[in-house]
Amino acid sequence: MIEKPVINADEAAALIKDGMVVHIGGFLGCGSPDKVIAALARSEARNLTLVCNDTAIHDEKTGKMTGMASLIPLKKFSRVIVSHIGTNPDTQRMMNSGELEVILVPQGTLAERVRAAGFGLGGILTPTGVGTEIETGKRKIIVDGKVFLLELPLGGDIALIKAKKADKAGNLVYSKTARNFNPLMAMACGIVVAEVEEIVEIGEIDPENVQTPSIMVHYLVKA
Amino acid sequence: MEYIENKEVIAKRIARFFTSGDVVNLGIGLPTLVANYLPDDITLILQSENGMLGLGPAPAPGQADKDLTNASSMPATMLPGGCFFDSAMSFGIIRGGHVDFTVLGVLEVDQEGNLANYKIPGKIVPGMGGAMDLVVGSKKVIAATTHFEKSGAAKLKRLCSLPLTATHEVDYVVTDLGFFEVRDGKFLLWECFPPYTPEFVISSTDADIILADDIIRSKAPRDESGS
Repeated sequence: MIEKPVINADEAAALIKDGMVVHIGGFLGCGSPDKVIAALARSEARNLTLVCNDTAIHDEKTGKMTGMASLIPLKKFSRVIVSHIGTNPDTQRMMNSGELEVILVPQGTLAERVRAAGFGLGGILTPTGVGTEIETGKRKIIVDGKVFLLELPLGGDIALIKAKKADKAGNLVYSKTARNFNPLMAMACGIVVAEVEEIVEIGEIDPENVQTPSIMVHYLVKA
Repeated sequence: MEYIENKEVIAKRIARFFTSGDVVNLGIGLPTLVANYLPDDITLILQSENGMLGLGPAPAPGQADKDLTNASSMPATMLPGGCFFDSAMSFGIIRGGHVDFTVLGVLEVDQEGNLANYKIPGKIVPGMGGAMDLVVGSKKVIAATTHFEKSGAAKLKRLCSLPLTATHEVDYVVTDLGFFEVRDGKFLLWECFPPYTPEFVISSTDADIILADDIIRSKAPRDESGS
């Protein structure tokens, strides 16, 4: 099996060019690739589009930030496609001031749009959002008398994901609720960087337990 | 009659609604309180949309696991027999009708079963998160809310004016005034919580409310003869 390059976080961030669509794993910061995110904060990349479950947490009382929250006030993104921004007041403010375009997508629809991109599907049909603002501009398709929205695939240029463990080939194992969007994003982007806590020899992960197959992963970063 | 906001009565009433084995998703805020009041002989299977079945109580101090959180990002635990999964599976479980009940907070809920709970245009836009999928996909939807806004207006409406989370999906509304079922374009009042009376509920809420035939009426201490 071919081994994947193990690069450092700054080398990973250097893969991200102006204008790219960047998928970042994590749910309010749980299961996000924090080391690569910190390197992206130091990089020059601008005008990015973020695809993520949320814009993580900025607790203004304590100053504490989780996940990719630090990237928002740095104005890395011109557009974010997420399901939730309620725990990051920076996103809220920049949306209101017109500095940041926020596209809200229902969480299940976001997951399926990312999955569709990685699974070679032309879209998915969901009942979620019918009769709400979400249906604006979307095709409605009736199947057996029930109304569905056609939601289109949402792929990206690069995925920054987090896993618990990789073997040197790039097979991944996630941990608990830190899994969330990570395995979906691993299949939906041209370049996949997996930040992992542990890198083991090929063969040390039981093939029955591999959650993302090695061929999806291009680079490993040690957390 | 004076109104005093009481979230505890709402959480306690919803906690008595379930039977063992029900698969339940409890939303952020008030719905989360429901878990604190479950009767000892009731075991629910709690689904957490960030990726698990079998959500347990908060861990003991010092026992938090950075990889194990609930949907509000608070440290969590898992009960024996639980399992983890990714977000596509999580919402497959939700949208696929495998969750029996979802309990959500409310900005407005109307007598048609429409729910608004994710956005006040021009004021606050937290986003819908998983709420739209949960309301559409769960077998039954319980809206949990204090009866009145800070302004004094009831959150139970004839028709929602805020952007909708979903249409015609709410089955029950539990407030600190009573237990309502949404049926045939009306709120059917099954229970009225002390000290309030059905007459107070109806007069203070601009919506069509009818009394269930066997409504459990509260009797306010100062109003023994009236109801």
